[in-house]
Amino acid sequence: MSSRRLLFGLWLLLVGCPPLDAETIRIGSKAFTESYVLSEIALRTVENAGVKAVHRPGMGGTIVLWQALRSAGIDAYPDYTGTIGEQILSAENPLSHVEMRRALAEHGVGMTDSLGFDNTYAMVMRRDVAKRFGIGTISDLVMNRDLEVGLTHEFMERRDGWRTLAARYGLEMQNVRGLEHALAYPALARGDLDVIDAYSTDAKLAKLDLVALTDDLGFFPRYEAVFLYRLDIVPAARRALESLAGTFDEARMTRLNSVAERTHDYAVAADLYFGAGTKSRSGVGRVALRIAGWTLRHLQLVAVSLGLAILIGVPLGIRAARPGLLSQIVLGTVGVIYTIPSLALLAALVAVPFLGISGRTAITALFLYSLLPIVRNTAAGLRSIPPEIRQSAAALGLEESAQLRRVLLPLAMPTVLAGIKTSAVINVATATLAALIGAGGLGEPILSGLNLNDPALILQGALPAGLLALLVQLGFDGLERWLVPRGLRLDEGRSQRVTSTP
Amino acid sequence: MIRFDEVTHRFGEIEALRDIDLEIEAGRTTVLIGPSGCGKSTLLRLVVGLVEPTAGRVIVGEEVVGPNTVLDLRRRMGYVIQGGGLFPHLTAGENVTLLARHLRRPEEETESRLAELCALTHLPESALARFPLELSGGQQQRVGLMRALMLEPEVLLLDEPLGALDPLVRRELQRELREIFGALHRTVLLVTHDLAEAAYLADRIVLLRAGDIIQTGTLDDLRERPAEPFVRRFLSAQRPPVEL
Ligand SMILES: Nc1ncnc2c1ncn2[C@@H]1O[C@H](COP(=O)(O)OP(=O)(O)O)[C@@H](O)[C@H]1O
Ligand SMILES: [Mg+2]
Repeated sequence: MSSRRLLFGLWLLLVGCPPLDAETIRIGSKAFTESYVLSEIALRTVENAGVKAVHRPGMGGTIVLWQALRSAGIDAYPDYTGTIGEQILSAENPLSHVEMRRALAEHGVGMTDSLGFDNTYAMVMRRDVAKRFGIGTISDLVMNRDLEVGLTHEFMERRDGWRTLAARYGLEMQNVRGLEHALAYPALARGDLDVIDAYSTDAKLAKLDLVALTDDLGFFPRYEAVFLYRLDIVPAARRALESLAGTFDEARMTRLNSVAERTHDYAVAADLYFGAGTKSRSGVGRVALRIAGWTLRHLQLVAVSLGLAILIGVPLGIRAARPGLLSQIVLGTVGVIYTIPSLALLAALVAVPFLGISGRTAITALFLYSLLPIVRNTAAGLRSIPPEIRQSAAALGLEESAQLRRVLLPLAMPTVLAGIKTSAVINVATATLAALIGAGGLGEPILSGLNLNDPALILQGALPAGLLALLVQLGFDGLERWLVPRGLRLDEGRSQRVTSTP
Repeated sequence: MIRFDEVTHRFGEIEALRDIDLEIEAGRTTVLIGPSGCGKSTLLRLVVGLVEPTAGRVIVGEEVVGPNTVLDLRRRMGYVIQGGGLFPHLTAGENVTLLARHLRRPEEETESRLAELCALTHLPESALARFPLELSGGQQQRVGLMRALMLEPEVLLLDEPLGALDPLVRRELQRELREIFGALHRTVLLVTHDLAEAAYLADRIVLLRAGDIIQTGTLDDLRERPAEPFVRRFLSAQRPPVEL
């Protein structure tokens, strides 16, 4: 039977997938170069200590990483003392390291000593623009309220961020908007923006000839770089992370950042940290291998979430095909889920205890998105079956389940498959967002490429994703030929044939 | 064989059948006739449990048609609608044998019964491999009939089986139906709106109007002793002449 074949295929997909989480130290990083570089260095340090580790790059902002750490979605990530005090511990006044450690320990989290450099926030302008307006300090912005200000979403919202800064300095900037950090520099360089927020060790400050405005009121707290880690990780891993303390200074970090951005590869920056000894394996083979890895992970996300959506969506669709209130509720609910913006859905799911920052969350979100086309098409396919066919099937003496399996579902199959195909294609595209919460897939190079301003890296994710969508489309066209009964594929010409001889 | 016991059926506001008391005799052909919308199809659907009576009960053999009995009863009855109601995703042969195979009847039995039915309904065996969309209207109707007859039902229910056929095919099938009914001696309940067809096939005619039974009897009874002026109007409105 065709339905049994379909189930078997799904089972294969589900069983064939490797487990999502391995017994390794998972090191997260925020979505900017320095964080990538630090985590890559930590990764190798932990590995050198004989502990297996992985790097989940560019998972998002402070809150996402902190939640991931607390919920054991990751085991360590780099952060800054100012951020920890303000954002994570919500302290009114600056905390000492001892106070910070005590507060963090309540969450099962430890903190290394300072890595050796301070990366404070800074308000940054192009040198020539600053000179033209005669701006040297943040206070000077008061007189220039028409300048275009572009801020990262995190800086805009955080407690030690824009709002408090503007209040403290009495700024009344007229044009303020939020955007991705990676997009802010090109906009500044083009002159679309005049002022942005940045980190004082950011390599682009020198490269683009930018100046950091003096924090003349001393608003920004100190931002010493540290690693946060779960206290329950193996001692060897913990020792390895602690060993990073004091091994950096500002000049060194700025250099590593600029190498990462120049080579578009934070692994190269990590090589530099360890000395020329451990040259990163480069070349076409390695790129191909990485793309294969991303693609595999992407396929896994798609296959598991789509498989679940089929297993649950088809029965829901069958139920929703009957008239009545419950059907309206089912269709309405999956419809509403579908309209939630994917980023908002991801963010909402990250807050759910069991899910957090993990592949599970990405799969749940993709699963929820895939439901609507499948449920709706299954219901529509069944409803469109003419009543006389329905009645003939019932009057024949088939049980309800047999009517469904032998007559109704095969007849609805073209519509059901079209729904599954739509879901699959949407799923392949949406799965690129999984990288936002560290679930990997082809979104990972896209996101990293965006942050490293590296079009080639973006393409390494975007091209395979596009190709995958195309292949999925073709695959389902083939599947259609296999699963749709031949009697339903007869061409119109022949079906119109009516002979007068009985 | 089939008894309607004060059966009323409403679709919301519409009263499709009102207080029907009717006995269908075993082994004979009863034809339901009446203007469109008078409740003929609903009466037939009550027998196979496709609709449930709003009041009263329908009894087939010894059993009241209801949720517990309907599956078994359906397997002992054959139901054919206009166009055959064939499943387009199955070949003609698969349509006919679907239930037998679902019930895991012995394969040789099924095959020989299939050949028997082809002979009975004059369907070439080569047509069995074709899909409904590849069959002519007359062939579709034959396959529908074969499907209904497959498990040798005690009761045959036909709802305007020949309604969509062109006149020549229709004539031929009417002749065949009469042969089949004569040969099988089954209880047949047939719906038509064509008086000539009714007269040709029926042992007994039941004339309905707007949910009520107006008169039952042979065509001669209806002609010579009309129960109401409506009977005469209905008979005279039918062209061509009643003799076939
Ligand atoms: N499923 C239904 N829902 C609502 N009304 C119906 C339905 N089926 C039949 N009816 C109504 O019941 C009456 C009898 O219909 P039917 O038994 O199909 O008549 P006939 O077969 O004699 O033409 C008609 O008025 C028809 O409109
Ligand atoms: Mg009718």
